[in-house]
Amino acid sequence: MEKVLMKGNEALCAAAIRGGCRYFFGYPITPQNEIPEYMSRELPKAGGVFLQAESEVAAINMVYGAAGAGGRVMTSSSSPGIALKQEGISYICGAELPCVIVNISRGGPGLGGIQPSQADYFQSTRGGGNGDYRLLVLAPANIQEAVDLMTEAFDIADYYRMPVMILGDGMIGQMMEPVVFKTPAARELPEKEWATTGTGGARTPNIINSLRLDPAELEKLNLHLQEKYERVRANEVRYEMHQTDEAELVFVAYGTSARIVKNAVAVMRRQGVKAGLIRPISLWPFPERAFDELPGSVRALMSVELSQGQMIDDVKISARGRWPVGFYGRSGGMIFTQQEIVEAGEKMLREVSHVSGV
Amino acid sequence: MSVVFEKTKGLTDKEFHYCPGCTHGIIHRLVGEVLEEMDLLDDAIGVAPVGCAVLAYDYFNCDMHEAAHGRAPAVATGVKRVLPEKTVFAYQGDGDLASIGTAEIVHAAHRGEMITVIFVNNAIYGMTGGQMAPTTMIGQKTTTSPFGRNAEQTGSPIRIAEMLATIDGAGFIERVSVHNPVHIRKTKKAIRTAFECQQNRKGFSMVEVLSTCPTNWGMSPIASLGWLAENMIPYYPLGNFRNPDKEA
Repeated sequence: MEKVLMKGNEALCAAAIRGGCRYFFGYPITPQNEIPEYMSRELPKAGGVFLQAESEVAAINMVYGAAGAGGRVMTSSSSPGIALKQEGISYICGAELPCVIVNISRGGPGLGGIQPSQADYFQSTRGGGNGDYRLLVLAPANIQEAVDLMTEAFDIADYYRMPVMILGDGMIGQMMEPVVFKTPAARELPEKEWATTGTGGARTPNIINSLRLDPAELEKLNLHLQEKYERVRANEVRYEMHQTDEAELVFVAYGTSARIVKNAVAVMRRQGVKAGLIRPISLWPFPERAFDELPGSVRALMSVELSQGQMIDDVKISARGRWPVGFYGRSGGMIFTQQEIVEAGEKMLREVSHVSGV
Repeated sequence: MSVVFEKTKGLTDKEFHYCPGCTHGIIHRLVGEVLEEMDLLDDAIGVAPVGCAVLAYDYFNCDMHEAAHGRAPAVATGVKRVLPEKTVFAYQGDGDLASIGTAEIVHAAHRGEMITVIFVNNAIYGMTGGQMAPTTMIGQKTTTSPFGRNAEQTGSPIRIAEMLATIDGAGFIERVSVHNPVHIRKTKKAIRTAFECQQNRKGFSMVEVLSTCPTNWGMSPIASLGWLAENMIPYYPLGNFRNPDKEA
């Protein structure tokens, strides 16, 4: 396959169309505007439909309708816009519809800023909408990975009948890198027999719905969703272990943060400090099992995020008290250097040594 | 024996949950009859609202999609864009359409979305227990306007049909009422014309149906019909505001 140089946002679109996306509903917001712009140009050529909605709220509800009608559909936005979509996301999860949501996240809270941020970890993995639901959240660290995940996202969504979120920060969206478009292994996908396409006189009516007024029925729906989420937990965990062998300090970082941390790990290893990295690729389901693979040499963990500390909650849950968990982060669109991370890591190791009296 | 009247195939056998005397039942029947008579039931996808008609998905005998509060026109847009050859309609009340869902209805009309909206205006929130709606009449007592709606505090009732009729994407806009048999027949004709507008791809279509809420108005069903005629029709004039065959 040919290597092409592409901007992250546009590469995501090309991958989405290759992955079977035919419907796009969105609303302008920086720093993801290249996505609707590309889709408005290219989706009609692929026989699809692009529509700029009147708001993010309308866009996600159009996604809800299109997904119910059996379409392969996506929307994209950035942090405050994703906040507006939470109502629709909850309905889509309750009605068990597949779709793909791209969040090219920026700093918050509120209007925040337009520079890269990872302060949407809670919004993505905990959900801003109501009810017991989950999104399958995938966080690429480079544009090749973004393209690979995006191409597969529609199949994953159809397979589980649930939304898949691609969480990229502004850097993933805005930078250019060479990519190769590959064809992912095909999943055996069930027919969309539930879709509201008109009965054609051939079947009883289908109903797309999340309302269950009978508490027993609503509990049944919730138990069914949990059973599905267990299957996702069993089959869709993705992560990378980087130089964790004999490591004393293991950083945990995702997305573009992980790239900076990898450089910091290289610097520390050269200086004789055994550092490593766990890079979650699926943020939900979170790769708890990666922590069970860590060697006995590990003395401390450190969550490194472009936020004031959100993923660290999952790191602590996964650490289960086995290691102290430190944190280093910048926010608001400020990005740490590898040197800042090296210094934070070394400081943590000194503190751990002090406490343990070594 | 000859059959002179049958329940339409456009409705399921599910028993309505509507209060005694409520006119939702009549409006459901009219929509069902029109879909049946136009032979659209096998091809139709309906979108149900949040409000009294929240369970409409159990009553219409075609594929149905339940929407979030006010979002039915956006959901219907999504369905229609995937299935442009199918008949797509939304059924909404006045809290749903005229309050929380104003952006979605205005922009569905603005895009000339080829969908049909049945808008039931009974001047009150029914399902939640009789709160004031944007369509509530001046002086009308509700649970959130206990001293009567006051224009200084809450504005005057919003006229949706007139507002949407200013939008070029709207093909067919008509206000009707179901307070007596003559007007019920006119309502059915308007609903049919709205679906024809969609079939002929003449733009967005909406029928605003003035309706009663005996339970929350605190009146008998018959008194409610009279109250509608005396109070609502003078403020919400009946008639056509936009018709694809008569270019505005």
